[in-house]
Amino acid sequence: MLLFLLRRLGLLVPTFLGVTAIAFALIHLIPGDPLELLAGERGIDPERHARMLHELGFDQPLWRQYLDYIGAVVQGNLGTSLITRQPVLDEFMTLFPATLELSLAAMLFAVLLGLPAGILAAVKRGTVLDHTVIGISLTGYSMPIFWWALLLILLFSVQLGWTPVSGRIAVEFYIEPVTGLLLIDTLLAGDYEAFRSAVRHLILPAIVLGTIPLAVIARMTRSALLEVIREDYIRVARAKGLSPLRVIGVHALRNALIPVVTVIGLQVGTLLAGAILTETLFAWPGIGKWLIDSINRRDYPAVQGGILLVASVVMLVNLLVDLLYGLINPRIRHAH
Amino acid sequence: MALLDIEHLTVEFGAASAPFRAVDGVDLQIDAGEVVGIVGESGSGKSVLSLAVLGLVDFPGRVAARTLAFDGQDLLRLSARARRRLTGKDMAMVFQDPMTSLNPCYTVGFQIEETLRVHEGGSRATRRQRALDLLAQVGIPDPASRLRAFPHQLSGGMSQRVLIALAIACNPRLLIADEPTTALDVTIQAQILGLLRDLQRQRGMALILITHDLALAAENCQRVVVMYAGQVVESGPIAAVFAAPRHPYTRALLSALPESGTGQRRLATLAGVVPGQYDRPSGCLLHPRCLFVSERCRLQPPGLRPVGPQRQARCHTPLDAAGRPTDD
Ligand SMILES: Nc1ncnc2c1ncn2[C@@H]1O[C@H](COP(=O)(O)OP(=O)(O)OP(=O)(O)O)[C@@H](O)[C@H]1O
Ligand SMILES: [Mg+2]
Repeated sequence: MLLFLLRRLGLLVPTFLGVTAIAFALIHLIPGDPLELLAGERGIDPERHARMLHELGFDQPLWRQYLDYIGAVVQGNLGTSLITRQPVLDEFMTLFPATLELSLAAMLFAVLLGLPAGILAAVKRGTVLDHTVIGISLTGYSMPIFWWALLLILLFSVQLGWTPVSGRIAVEFYIEPVTGLLLIDTLLAGDYEAFRSAVRHLILPAIVLGTIPLAVIARMTRSALLEVIREDYIRVARAKGLSPLRVIGVHALRNALIPVVTVIGLQVGTLLAGAILTETLFAWPGIGKWLIDSINRRDYPAVQGGILLVASVVMLVNLLVDLLYGLINPRIRHAH
Repeated sequence: MALLDIEHLTVEFGAASAPFRAVDGVDLQIDAGEVVGIVGESGSGKSVLSLAVLGLVDFPGRVAARTLAFDGQDLLRLSARARRRLTGKDMAMVFQDPMTSLNPCYTVGFQIEETLRVHEGGSRATRRQRALDLLAQVGIPDPASRLRAFPHQLSGGMSQRVLIALAIACNPRLLIADEPTTALDVTIQAQILGLLRDLQRQRGMALILITHDLALAAENCQRVVVMYAGQVVESGPIAAVFAAPRHPYTRALLSALPESGTGQRRLATLAGVVPGQYDRPSGCLLHPRCLFVSERCRLQPPGLRPVGPQRQARCHTPLDAAGRPTDD
């Protein structure tokens, strides 16, 4: 088990190098630099421009800049934002809880709905219910996120007026961040009005962000369960005289969950990618929106640091999923 | 009264308009404590028959019978719940492939104790003790540590012993062993069969031993039932059937045995395979493969009829003691 962990951690090094290199190359491929963009229409005196580029180190060859950057990162320094002058890590840490809260809510929505839907579809395979689940999940999977978001906003916010259109919480509330997750912080503060407001702000973005994972989880659960149901040990379980509920719930589901957990883990990457779009659509003050803003301002340190940190989160989650996988699958656990 | 009484049992798959009869009008009586072999090639319906007895034929399979009774109880009229109380308790089954028959996610102990809990309840400690005793009874060394083992840590022979322990956990009166040794090494095969016979004798339970192998049935059973394409084609006391088969199919099975000289496992004297869903012939189901086929066999399906003391065969012209078809 320890060896397994070490090997996985060792794999992180090349992944880090790859991610930083790609992030570095991409952001520099976009024309324009931070100074030009800051100056805007007024323009900037070419001499002053060159001097400032030199001060910031942007006149060095790219590989040189890359090596310097890696050197700093290894020492734990992600640089400071060119625009806000704040350390990138600090900015990330203040905004990350918002993204985390949104992603957790989306995942919860996807798992709580996707697992039962997949199980029902498998147990009632071939029936109307099964076809409905397959149909809805196919639709959900292929629905463009922005279109789906607009549709929901039009219906629930504009027509019915049930949910707000944007933000995390109504402006009149100020909640001192403790965990950074508003749902928890409002409860800690004992402010139920604020909690309700936070929930109403969270619902639509979470549904939008959770739709694709929901579709994937439902389909994966269904097919994994259908496969497991055909196994010999399921017939043995039935021959023991167990009730259908126990055969499915105890014997089939446990085995079907192994691939499903993997898929859920893989969805975390998709989720963070989706969060960028969802946060922009709902003006959700999280990492996604911050990254987009930083790209638009060519805030190189912020973009690079942001991508690096997001990639770290994804890798960390995947590592956790692998560990969990070992927990639910005795064959893996004992192989190490 | 027989322990298991089956009259005209039929199991159909596929569309109702063009059904496929995997089991086709089978009659079978098993007495308490009796050891009966069911023999036939692959696809002759042996497994489907035993699944039907245990109530494990899934939708869309359809089970119908004139009688399907266990110990006087009409199984077809029991509720699903009442039937489950018999399955795994009074009637149990051991399957063909031990390596895939245990749930990989649970320990051996859990899987045995689960059966005990569902059917007998009792405290956790007594169940654990019972599971230990059972593992010891099926000849598993160091049962205490095996209880904590996961299936992938066991060999095929060990797994089959565990599955046998599981099947006999609630003292069944009928044990169906569906090719329990096919997936195992030859040396292990003999051990497992010996174990099954010992348990059968100690506990006086009825044993149905399903096999491809007539020789194996001959060594272990009192009576044999030969199945072909879902039908019983011959049945009788094993010694008599072995000495002088009445049905051409039984004769072909016998002559395919290694000791009969040809040394081939395939039915050398019988070309072709068991008919499936789309190539079921008219008349006698064996006629396209039979050596003694006549015009009548092509047109008219033969019935099962007496051909000697306690013997029956489904043939228009059953063979005589010399192996020649009789005219009637
Ligand atoms: N669920 C099912 N749906 C449709 N056909 C089935 C089903 N189960 C079995 N059959 C068919 O029923 C026939 C009898 O199958 P069965 O498994 O009982 O044969 P068998 O005598 O046990 O063969 P083997 O020696 O290979 O185990 C086969 O033609 C098989 O294809
Ligand atoms: Mg079979």
